[in-house]
This record gives sequence, structure tokens and C-alpha cells, in this order.
Amino acid sequence: MSYRLRDRGRLIDRSDSISFTFDDKTYQGYAGDTLASALLANDQMLVGRSFKYHRPRGIVAAGAEEPNALVNLGHGARMEPNQRATTTELFDGLTALSQNRWPSLDNDVGAVNSYLSRFLPAGFYYKTFLYPRAFWKSVYEPFIRQSAGLGRAPEEGDADSYEHFHTHTDVLVIGGGVAGIQAAKTAAEAGAKVLLLEQTACWGGRTPVDGDMIDGTDASAWVTEQIAALEAMPNVTLRLRAMGAGVYDHGYVLGYERLTDHIPEAGGPRHRLWRIRAKQIITATGAIERPLAFAGNDVPGVMLASAVRDFQENWGVVPGRRMVVATNNDDGYRTALLLNAAGVEVLRILDARDTGGGALMQAAKEAGIRVDCGRGIGKVSGGKRVKHVQICMTNGTGGAMEDLDCDGVAMSGGWSPAVHLWSHAGGKLIWNEDYANFAPDLSRAPTGADGLPMVRTAGSASGWMELPGVLSDGVAAGVDAASAAGFSPAVSRPKVIETPTEAPMLPVWQMPAAADYRLKAKSWLDFQNDVKVTDVELAAREGFESVEHTKRYTTLGMATDQGKLSNINGLAVLAGALDTPIPQVGTTTFRPPYTPISMGAIAGEARGEIFQPVRKTPIHGWLDRNGADWEPVGHWRRPYAIVQRNETVHDAVMREVKNTRENVGLLDASTLGKLLVQGPDAGRFLDMLYTNMMSTLKVGRCRYGLMCSENGFLIDDGVVARVGQESWLCHTTTGGADRIHAMMEEWLQTEWWDWKVHVVNLTEQYAQIGVVGPKARLLLEKLGGMDLSAETLPFMAWADGKIGGIDVRVYRISFSGELSFEIAVKAGQGLALWEKLAVAGAEFGVMPYGTEALHIMRAEKGFIMIGDETDGTVIPQDLGLDWALSKKKTDYIGKRAQERRHMTDPNRWKLVGLQTLDGSVLPDGAYALGEGINANGQRITQGRVTSSYHSPTLDRGIAMGLVLHGPDRMGEVLEFPGTDNSTYRAQIVSPVFYDPEGEKQNV
Amino acid sequence: MSDVTTVTALGGVSYEGLVKVSEAPLQGMITVRGDLGLHSVARAATELTKAEMPAPGTISVQGGNAIAWMSPDELLILCPYAEVPKAVLTMADTMAADFAMAADVSDARAMFRLEGAAVREVLAKLTPADLSPEACPVGCLRRSRLAQVPAAFWFSDAATAHVICFRSVADYVFALLKTAAQPGSAVGIG
Repeated sequence: MSYRLRDRGRLIDRSDSISFTFDDKTYQGYAGDTLASALLANDQMLVGRSFKYHRPRGIVAAGAEEPNALVNLGHGARMEPNQRATTTELFDGLTALSQNRWPSLDNDVGAVNSYLSRFLPAGFYYKTFLYPRAFWKSVYEPFIRQSAGLGRAPEEGDADSYEHFHTHTDVLVIGGGVAGIQAAKTAAEAGAKVLLLEQTACWGGRTPVDGDMIDGTDASAWVTEQIAALEAMPNVTLRLRAMGAGVYDHGYVLGYERLTDHIPEAGGPRHRLWRIRAKQIITATGAIERPLAFAGNDVPGVMLASAVRDFQENWGVVPGRRMVVATNNDDGYRTALLLNAAGVEVLRILDARDTGGGALMQAAKEAGIRVDCGRGIGKVSGGKRVKHVQICMTNGTGGAMEDLDCDGVAMSGGWSPAVHLWSHAGGKLIWNEDYANFAPDLSRAPTGADGLPMVRTAGSASGWMELPGVLSDGVAAGVDAASAAGFSPAVSRPKVIETPTEAPMLPVWQMPAAADYRLKAKSWLDFQNDVKVTDVELAAREGFESVEHTKRYTTLGMATDQGKLSNINGLAVLAGALDTPIPQVGTTTFRPPYTPISMGAIAGEARGEIFQPVRKTPIHGWLDRNGADWEPVGHWRRPYAIVQRNETVHDAVMREVKNTRENVGLLDASTLGKLLVQGPDAGRFLDMLYTNMMSTLKVGRCRYGLMCSENGFLIDDGVVARVGQESWLCHTTTGGADRIHAMMEEWLQTEWWDWKVHVVNLTEQYAQIGVVGPKARLLLEKLGGMDLSAETLPFMAWADGKIGGIDVRVYRISFSGELSFEIAVKAGQGLALWEKLAVAGAEFGVMPYGTEALHIMRAEKGFIMIGDETDGTVIPQDLGLDWALSKKKTDYIGKRAQERRHMTDPNRWKLVGLQTLDGSVLPDGAYALGEGINANGQRITQGRVTSSYHSPTLDRGIAMGLVLHGPDRMGEVLEFPGTDNSTYRAQIVSPVFYDPEGEKQNV
Repeated sequence: MSDVTTVTALGGVSYEGLVKVSEAPLQGMITVRGDLGLHSVARAATELTKAEMPAPGTISVQGGNAIAWMSPDELLILCPYAEVPKAVLTMADTMAADFAMAADVSDARAMFRLEGAAVREVLAKLTPADLSPEACPVGCLRRSRLAQVPAAFWFSDAATAHVICFRSVADYVFALLKTAAQPGSAVGIG
């Protein structure tokens, strides 16, 4: 049983008792506990069920590498699945639920899978659910999805807020253990700006636990002293609870700071994502201990040896009263010695090495602990907690030599440097025979833009396993990083050497070495994803020779812990099965983040109101208050219709069209692009950009123009006004404003850099209001201020003046076919003018109208709409716009492309009007059927609908479409199958349905 | 001049959090395009503002006026709102012989003032620009982004920042600044 010791626990405050619940039962812990240590203190050794076989699982590690103790934390709007108990700081009121069990953790129905494990080997899903094919979608997949996944997804919106923070630094140090501290101090003393991140809540890493001495003081005091010194330096920033999540190209690093996870009611953001630009990065990420693969190594109570002493020294808890230590290296002895010193009975140290260890073994023997060399664990049994250990020969088949009753096992399979962050941006690894691990290959570091190393490692992350090497490597990394960042460290770089005091370790990938199938099938490699030695061997037998393939086939290392414990053991087993050297098998790819980070942190501030910018015109608020039904147009919102009480949106659209045609309507056209093009060469420039002639336009006049891409396709249209001798104002579509502005700049900066033209984007300087309808002039004249008669301001002219006391520019242009004035006014007075028009217009029946009414009215007139009639494949000639293609100009953008054979093909579909025989509305986008079947077995088509509406003016459906030889086939009837199983029949007609002579707009 | 009141995008809203965020009152802004080495361009800008021509990447302030360097061929002039129409004509006259132009963009923009010791870190939550005092000292003008929209900003002293964005996203930028300045979110680095 696990319990709390009276006199250990350097991180807990026994005067501050805290209560929390686990699976709805209330427990007590102390301030400073993690959820894991508090559970162990309460003898809650069973913390979850494994993913596949629902095996009982306990805590195996003490930090970020923990694979088993994943819980569902919090509830409601603060519920989060898959939270690691070992990195969850305890707080008062914490609620946690175990995962992957039903109905309860103790009695779990899914555990039956464990008895079926022989029938659930690697690749089970691939092999089993292949046939019959039809079963996959309706039977297999739903079933698999049901049983997949550990935690449950939250159902409520997240109650917390999150943020990003951008910062630049000379040297970023990731990891606040002794090597990281040493590196940070060295770089800071050289004058570099230093940021030091530590993922846990305290500085020093594991060294203080092991009780080593640094510079004559104990490690804990040394850490405190160094941190105080760093805090006093103005060029140093220190962060606890901040993990280095990912290292990317160009010195970009993501840091993940957990601000309020341990104080959820504190207010402020919960997580902060640090977006760091560092000149130099030092990864002082330490090393991770490897489990030993013996049968029953997943029984609750079997823990990593280092975790056992972390729990004992940091939080004063131990997993058992009668412990067995199994190790293949000297470090395991430290656990035995510390347990023994704390008064815990250590029954046996099983050292896999025939000759045992060095000085530490001697110390253990002197402390009276029995050491058996050449021995290992054959099997651990006990189900939900350790009860017995069978001792066997390391090299044997697992025959039991002795049975020990015990309640806790500490295992050490050696250490692997945490190379993840080193590897993210391309740092290579090298196999270290002495420690049987992959260490950073310092000659192949991730490089920056200058081709020189941008990431360095320090301490155990470099592969140094004993303290003197770790510390001097910290200094070396600090010196190197500061120098590379342009500083001159006062200290010289120490040559890092290690004089081993420990006996060589013995690689042990399966314990015992010649274990039979029965034992191997219970020897876990990946605890979280339930991958055993036999699974990897099976994959190898079935031909999965690449480690990446084996990973995906067996799911080794694919869980939320990304194989922090299983990686090396798994590939070593694979190498053994393939009879290939381990370095040749290699590792899988290390990808960010180091441990999972919250989606909230990634989103940062971008949620709710500020999820995405919404562009608003000066009239937006008025429209919103008056019933606008909004639609997105780029980042703008435009009113689809302005809906009155007791009407549907459709009714509103019909009313708006009718009212505009009969009385007067107001349109907020502020979103249209307004590009001022000015300079001695502006006319020449516009002649190149537009298909028609703009240089000949007279000051005071407007002209409709088309723009094409260099491939000839129609990309934008709008009205151009000549506003001065050398200046033109080009109106673009709403969505085209930024795009066309950028295109103009590109031509001016790359091709025609010697042309004297400036472009200024004035889109937002002006609000623009369309006053449209037969009573438009009456309304404007009522407000008064300028002469708007047809004689003074004819169609396609503009004039400056005042209306209702407001400075305006009035364009006499029409996109509706009605008498129409577009009035540009400074944005700051846009709303004032709109409100004056709305009030003064009451007697004329003025009503605002939205984009759908605009669309219907332009379609009734046969005007094309960029994005409806065009889709990036349509040229002006297709739309019968040949009149807008200047024959006088030698060139314009797109002209040559339009002469290509494909563009002049008489079989290109051309614009026509379409009118259903029964007056119904054609489905938008529907295709007209042709004769026969094409080479792909598809029905031949001969046209498609590009715009389709119900016209309230004509009280029937009207449409435009592109049809093969369309203009030559007036009167023919085409068939358009709908998606509603009916076929629509429509006659080819002129696209101009309303006022073909243009009498209405010309009054 | 028109006879009705001109309004800013948000009517002068403000918020107090880690820093005080307030929408600036009407601000005259004139875009100047042209070769900044031209004598006429420099004269047009400096005679109006009484400020010196700015070095690249900086803003040169004189009383309520300023000249901001926007690009190798673009300046942004800040002056009283009411003076803009006349100023644009005067500048155009001054530069008439050269290939250069001036345009009123006062209404196309919104401007915010941030006050408080944490101004740099509040903005650093939203922009990738290096806002350390060394990289962005008082007088430096950065054209960058705030979250998802373009913005320009500068510090006029240790505790005051100014932000210019497009008028249509004034709401968004104000909400961003409020969020970044929410109580309890201090980052606490220099």
C-alpha cells in the first residue's frame, strides 16, 4: 500500500491541508502536492484503466512522462480530459474522475478485453474489420469509435480565457534544472538577454532529490541561491509552470505557461502561449528513465526508480512498505538507499548485471540491503496492486528462483536524454553505447538562417549522466550560446569531461532475456496504448521493418505521452526482432508539442467577439438596429435584407425591390473599394489595367470598366471616375478592394516601376450611400444644396457639392436600372447623411435595401456580378461584354491571353437569360442537359445557371446562365435537372429582363 | 466645412484595465506619396507640421503634429482634423511641380491611446513585433499587426502608446486591447 511518510516531502506544506475528490470520493492532501502524490498518500494506487485491455493501471512516473495517471479534471465549463495527475498541482476543491472504465474504476466491464488479449494483437483492427467491405461504415467504424479514446470530450464552452505573448530574447533556456540554471547564469553574466522556462512549479529539476552537493552546499540551497542571483539581474526573465512546447525554424519557440491551473478561481487568463524569437536556444530538458520490460510491469505499485524517490523526497509518499528494486545500472541504487534511509524496508535489489554496480552498490550493501546480481524480475503479480515478485536469472527463460511478497517495485532500465526539443527543428541523434541511449549529435545541430547552430543542449539532455559533467556542460552551453548571440562571456568554455564513478550499465530490453511468449505477452512497452513486447515482435515478423511503420501498426508511442517511456525500449525490441543494430533502426520523429497543450492556448485571444475581425461601415450600427439580416462579404458584414417586424427575409427582399423600383431605396455601398490612382502616367496605367479606355475619360465623368488577369479571365469590375487632370478614382467590388490595390502596386513596383503613378486606398475614407429609385431626385432635392437635374448632372457624371449641409460627391451611376445617385461622404459623417435621408425620405416611402435586392435588380437588368457570372474561368467575351474591350488599345492586361485558341473557340458557353416555362425559380448552379454521354460516362451538359432569383418586378423566376451557342439559340428550351428530383424547363431569352432601353435610369 | 458633427468610429470609448485604453478624438491624417528625398515633399510635410523629417521607421513629433515614416515613398502626416482640407491643398501646391501627392485619410482610420506602465506588454500580446525598449524605443514607429488586422503604433513615452488602425475594424481592435489589458493578465516582464 502507498502512504505518506512523517519526515519527508520538501515541496509540501503540512500545515495547509487541502481536500479534493477522485471518483466522487473526498480525500485530503497538502499544499504543494500533485494530484498523483496526494492519491498515493491516500493509498489510491489504481488510477485508471488502460486503453485497449482495460488493465488496472497505477502511477508509474512523477512528471511529464507519466503514461497512466490521466484523469478527467473539473466539470462543466472547466472539464478537461486526459490531464496528467503527476503534473496537476493540487488545489482545494479539485475534482478528478478516472477514465476508460465502466461502471467504475474497481469493477470495469471492459477488463474482459484483457482476457481476450490473445485475440487482440497488433494490427487486429486492420485484419479483422477488412471484410465484408460494406460493414466498415455502418457497423465497424461506429463500434470502434465508440470504444476509442481515453477521456471524454468536454460538452460546454470553455469558461476560461487564454492569451498569447510575443517576446524576443538573445538566449532562451528551456529547463530550470541545475544545467539550465547554470547555462542561464553564464549567458546572463555575459550580458545576454535571457529567458529561462521551467515546466514544473519549482526550480532545480531532479538534482535536489538525489541529495548531491554543488560547490560545497547541498543542491537545494545552491538552486535557491542561483535563482535569487538570476532574479536580481535585469536582463533575465524567469518563468515557472512554463514548458518549452516546440522549437521551430528561425529560432521560433512556443512556450506554454499554465497560469491558473493550480488556482482556478484566480481570474485572468488560464494559459499563456509564449511566442518566442530567440537568437540562441538551450534545451536543458534533462533525461527520462526507462522502464524494464518484465511480465506485469504495469501492475499498480511498479514505478520508475527515480519516480519512487521523487515521490518520497518531494512529497513524502512511497508506494509500499516492502519494496523491491530492479535495475540494470547504478542509479537504481540511489532509490534503494533513499528508501532505506527513510525507514522503508527494501527487501532486495535485483541487479541485472552479473558483476553488479560500483560504489553505490557498496553503499547499499553497507546499509544492510541485500543485493542479488545477475537477477531480475520474472513476473509481478497482484492484479490491482503489487503482491508478489518472482525473481529469476537475468539471462534465463523466467523460471522462478524465488517468490517475494512485497507491495512496491522500483525499476530502472537506464536513462535517455529528453531530446525532443533538440529534434523538433532537425537536430540529429547519435547512439551512445555506454548508456544505451540516443543522445544529441552536437555536430549536427538545428541551424539558423546563417547556417550555424541555433539550438544547444545542456546537462543530461546532452547525455551527461553524472553531476560534474552536467554542471560544466551547463556552463559550456551558456558560453556557446552567449557567444553565438554576439556577447563575450568573461568565463572561458570549460571542456566537459566525465570521470565515471558508476559502473557501466547493462542494456536490458526484455527481462529475463530469454523470456517465453507467455511472459513477453505481459511485458508492457507502451503503457498508455497497451503495446507489449509480443506486439512489436509480431509486427517485425509481419514485415514492418521501418520503425515508423511499426509505430503506426502497433500504435507504439502514439498516445498522448508520445512514447516518452516506450520509445527506446520499443525500438530496441524491434531491433532485436529484426536482428539489426539499434542505431540502424533509428527513432521515430519527434514532433511538437512536447506534451499536449490546450486548444485554448493555441487560439489565444481569438474567441467570441474577437474570433475574427468583422469590418463595419459607419452605417453598420443603424442597419443592425433596424433589422439587418447579415451576410459576410469578405470580412465585412453587409445586410442581405433589412427585415421588418412580421415578415420573412424573403418577404423583406421582395418588398425592398418593389419599393426601390416604385419609390426610393437606400443602399449602404460603403464597402466598395475606392482606389485613388494619380500621377502623370495614371491614364496610361489604367488603360493597361482596364479592358476599356480610361485615359480618354473627361474630368467630371464616370465609366464602367472591366479588369482581367494576365490570363484573360475577368477578375473585377466597377465604375471609374476621373476626378482630376492626373487622378482617377477606381471603384472595385467589395471583395476586390485589397486584392486590386495589391495588384496595382505589384505592377507598379515590378513591371512599370518607372511609370509615375501613385495609388492610395481610400476605401474607408468615405461612406457611400446609394439613393435609388424614381423618387431619388425628389428626396435629394428636398434636403437641398446642389443641382442634381439631368441637365447639370447627366447619367455617368459626378459632381461635388453639399446635400443637407454635408460635403458630398455625387456619382450619377446605376446598378439597378433606376434613377440612381451614389453619394460619397466622409466616413465620419456617413451616418449623419444616412439618417437625414431616412428621415427626409419618409414622405417618399424611402426604405433601406440589402444585397439580395441589389442582386435581383441588377439581374433584372442583365448586369453581371463578379463571382456569380464569373468564376475564374470566364472571359468578358463569354458575357457578351465585347463592347467594353477596347479595339483602339495596343494592349491591356489579358488581351493577348484572350487571343489564345481556346479563348476564341466559338464553342465557349456564352451568357443568356433563362426563363422557366412555369415561372418557377431555376436552381442556382444547375446544368443544362445535352445529348449523350462523355468519355467518363457522364451526361453531356450544354450550359449552367450562374444567377437565379424570383423577380418581384416581373413576378416570376429569372436567371442568367452560360450556354453553348446561347445567343444564337434564342427561344430554345433547355432542361435543367434539380437536386429535388424534378427537371426544370427554361427558355433561352435575352439577359435583360427589365427596361432594355434604359429609360428609367436616364431621367 | 459640413454643418453636421463628425464622429469617430467608436464615439470616444475607453476602458481601464492593466492600462487605460481610449479612442482618440478626431485626428487629422494625410497620406503623402512621393520620393521622400524631394525637397518639395520635405517642405510640404515640415512646413505644415513644424516637425523634422523622420528617419526611416520613426515618427517625428512637434506639439500636436507629427510626421510618420511609413515606407520609402510614403509619409503619414498627423495634424488637427479641422486643418486637413486646407492642408491637403497647400501641400499639393507645394509639391505641384514634382511627382508626389497628398490625400486626406483622416476618416479612414481609428486611433487609440494606451496609458500605463504595462503598455508594451499589453501590445506584445497582440503583435509579433519586438516591443522591447531597445528594439522599439520612444519615437520608433512600427507597422505590424494586432492579432488579425494591420496596425501602426509607437510609444511617446515610457507609459504611453498610440495605435492607428482602419476605421472598419475599430470595434475589433478596441475589443482586442480590452482583452489584452484585462485584470489579472499582467505578464510582468521588463
